[in-house]
Amino acid sequence: MLQRIRERLNPTDIVMWSIGGILLIMICWGSVATLVKGVYSTHHWIDFIIFGLAQGSIYALIAMGYTMVYGVLRMINFAHSEVFMSGPYTAYYFAAYFYRSGLLESHPVISMVLVFLISMATSTIIAYLLELIAYRPLRGAPRLVPLITAIGASFFLQYVFRGLYGSGFQAYPVIKALEGQWIAGPVRILKFQALVIVAAALLMVALYQFTQRTRLGKALRSVSEDKEASALMGIDVDRMISMTFVIGGAAAGAAGVLYAIMFKQVHFFMGFIPGIKAFTAAVLGGIGNIPGAMLGGIFLGLVESVGPSLFLDGLGIVAPYQLKDAIAFSMLVLVLIFRPTGILGERLAVKKA
Amino acid sequence: MNPALTQRFPGIRLGLIGGACLVLLSLIGMVEAFNQREIISDVISMGQTLLLLTAVFIGYLAAKRGRERGQGLVFGAGITAGLIMAGMLALLVLLGHAINMRQVFINASPALFQILIFQQEELWAGIGLLMLAGVLIGLSAALLCLLPHWLRRVITTGLCSVAVVGLLQDLIAPIFSAWDPLASLIELIFPGNGLSISGAVGLLIVVAALSAFWSFKGQAVQTRIQALPPQSRRGLNLAALLAGVIVLLVIPQVLGLFLSEVMTIVGLYVLLGLGLNIVVGFAGLLDLGYVAFFAIGSYTMAILTSPELGFFDWNFWQALPLAILFGVLAGVILGVPVLKMRGDYLAIATLGFGEIIRIMVLSDFLRPWLGGAQGIGKIPKAEIAGFEFATPQEIYYLILAGCALVGFISWRLRDSRLGRAWMAVREDEDVAQAMGINLVATKLLAFATGAGFSALSGAIFATKLGSVYPHSFNVMISINILCVIIVGGMGSMPGVAVGALALVGLPELLREFADYRLLVYGAALMAMMLLRPEGLWPEATRQRELHEEESVVRASKLAEGTAEPRS
Repeated sequence: MLQRIRERLNPTDIVMWSIGGILLIMICWGSVATLVKGVYSTHHWIDFIIFGLAQGSIYALIAMGYTMVYGVLRMINFAHSEVFMSGPYTAYYFAAYFYRSGLLESHPVISMVLVFLISMATSTIIAYLLELIAYRPLRGAPRLVPLITAIGASFFLQYVFRGLYGSGFQAYPVIKALEGQWIAGPVRILKFQALVIVAAALLMVALYQFTQRTRLGKALRSVSEDKEASALMGIDVDRMISMTFVIGGAAAGAAGVLYAIMFKQVHFFMGFIPGIKAFTAAVLGGIGNIPGAMLGGIFLGLVESVGPSLFLDGLGIVAPYQLKDAIAFSMLVLVLIFRPTGILGERLAVKKA
Repeated sequence: MNPALTQRFPGIRLGLIGGACLVLLSLIGMVEAFNQREIISDVISMGQTLLLLTAVFIGYLAAKRGRERGQGLVFGAGITAGLIMAGMLALLVLLGHAINMRQVFINASPALFQILIFQQEELWAGIGLLMLAGVLIGLSAALLCLLPHWLRRVITTGLCSVAVVGLLQDLIAPIFSAWDPLASLIELIFPGNGLSISGAVGLLIVVAALSAFWSFKGQAVQTRIQALPPQSRRGLNLAALLAGVIVLLVIPQVLGLFLSEVMTIVGLYVLLGLGLNIVVGFAGLLDLGYVAFFAIGSYTMAILTSPELGFFDWNFWQALPLAILFGVLAGVILGVPVLKMRGDYLAIATLGFGEIIRIMVLSDFLRPWLGGAQGIGKIPKAEIAGFEFATPQEIYYLILAGCALVGFISWRLRDSRLGRAWMAVREDEDVAQAMGINLVATKLLAFATGAGFSALSGAIFATKLGSVYPHSFNVMISINILCVIIVGGMGSMPGVAVGALALVGLPELLREFADYRLLVYGAALMAMMLLRPEGLWPEATRQRELHEEESVVRASKLAEGTAEPRS
């Protein structure tokens, strides 16, 4: 018995599991210490959770694009963060115009729907062109080649938009209808947070139903299952791959406007961090798995918003909120190390990662 | 777009694509920014050259496509493409005159439109001139397409060299005017901003003649060198090496302060590139958090030497081994968790690591030890027996020594057992493991060696700057280094130097380029991957791998005696 255990253990595993154990103990210790100290009231925690939900649903929407593309092409579309950025940045100019002309105040719903549509259209076009120009010629190339291309495309797009629209922050116009808050007992929810959560949830349900119920969605899923067999069944694989990018782009464009509503500004570099986090969310949920991406996104959003106060404050770390990105990236690394198949355990990752 | 139409007129599709490129180049501000620099004074500026080269290239592609459809279409296709491209630019100009686009596109300024219509006072005269230019470009592209191969090469080489010399005037003029006999010649060629017309024509003729001579006699010279007895061939190689070393040693004395500064930056990137080359190029592990080790080297150096924090007060040479050691250790520590990952997962995990380290350094939490956002200052200069490496010219030698050391180590490692194991892992991990290669040790050694080189480079960087800030270590550095080795050729050591000179040295010389640096890097990464994945100076084996089919085809053609000599 002992010998069997000794055979199965190797030094790297021991190192890794002990790192994991130490981290787990630190997290528990920090949480308990924070709760015992009682710096934050229930109101604080509820605020954190709602903020986390809103942010997480944005991550979830972006994560769709990563997860779907990975499912089909087995590559990380590094440039997806720029697909996400291009939409709201372009739509900003329309939003600002609506604001100046007063349309935003008199018809907030119509103008916001227009802004959403423009953003989604831009992101979709960029995603489609990206696939057509940069990725399509590289089918069947060694694995590093499309990845490096994607990194290149990411920076190229970033700086093209910087050149087009300038390098400054642009403040998104404030929508009067979305100011203020609703209060229900201990729960206080800002109106724009409610909009973000509801809109993201609606979009995700729609997307999920699309992939599950429609013929096109079926074709998409079959391509991600087995390209050659789908081609033999008469599915146009190239068209389906483009379709994947289009859908992912549309979701990212919508997520972009939600992000802009939440943080009230756009910038040519705004895609980078949410992009990596959304990728984390996709991995967290099991890459290639659409419900997993939603779950992963919301989970990541929650950890990121609750985590700094919960885990780190108790450990006596100064200004824990500065480390929220570090928490998200640590999550990424930890998930990749300990459970690359993600929470929902998709077989894809077992096969390929 | 109607497919039948594009079938009939092959210029249309390419013309539209080219036109979109030209409009984009104009709108992102490259044309206007580059217009300050004249290539040939009062004739053509760099911005116009950029547009011209793009247009001629697209026109050439269109003409070639046309020729495949039938002789008559060569001119038709070329001119169609040229006209469409000019037309799209003209539309941009007209649109810009009709409405104010600057609220959205900040670079759509009147100055840009003036450049596009050749500074004409009259709008319509300018548009007419633009269309005429389109026709002429299409015509010359078609002519270029009809020329025999060698003549085309001679002409393009000549024109490109004029453009390059014009571009590098700031580099060339000061160096050569230091020598009296050349000074007057230089004054003739570079009267002020850009080449003079006579200088440009002279240069064109000289380079074209040389290129023509080479295309006829080059083969013969190469065979004669190859036919030399091995003794004298080795002598020739040695002489070339010696000449190279001498050039490297005297460079800072000739180049002056500013250019030496540029050379030190290039040298640091060569150091970093050589390190990453081991991880990515040799072992095939795509590491996007490479900058973390650079940061660790810098910060170790800073903490150990800077009196500002007051922990230690060592000198450079005492701290250097420890900085490298910490880098190596960090390489192993970060390497262990990612051992089982491959490809994209590895890339993203290392990216995460790099960011975590940067965020930690930046945080208030570690501020007492690492200085937070303010960084650490007062890092002393390196010193040997009273000689201080203080000015860029002196630091250059420090970096050169580092490069020589690292280059020698990685050259010896490449051909060692370990190096071959790395390449086996790069090609196929599972097969390598089946062949008895210890994956854990091989990969960890790759990470550790790369990290050690990076830390060395970081330590030199810290003493060069005299201070370290967390903002110097963002993910862009990792991307820059990745670009350097990809453009130079993955796994190729001379490639690293070429890549660093082209991607780091050139932008430093062309200051107006700074805003577009990452744009060009991104485009270069994509273009390299799509068109020339082996890089500018490829490693021999890798080139064979990537062009296996071609060489097989060539071999069979050679056997039939139908192959053209390799271009």
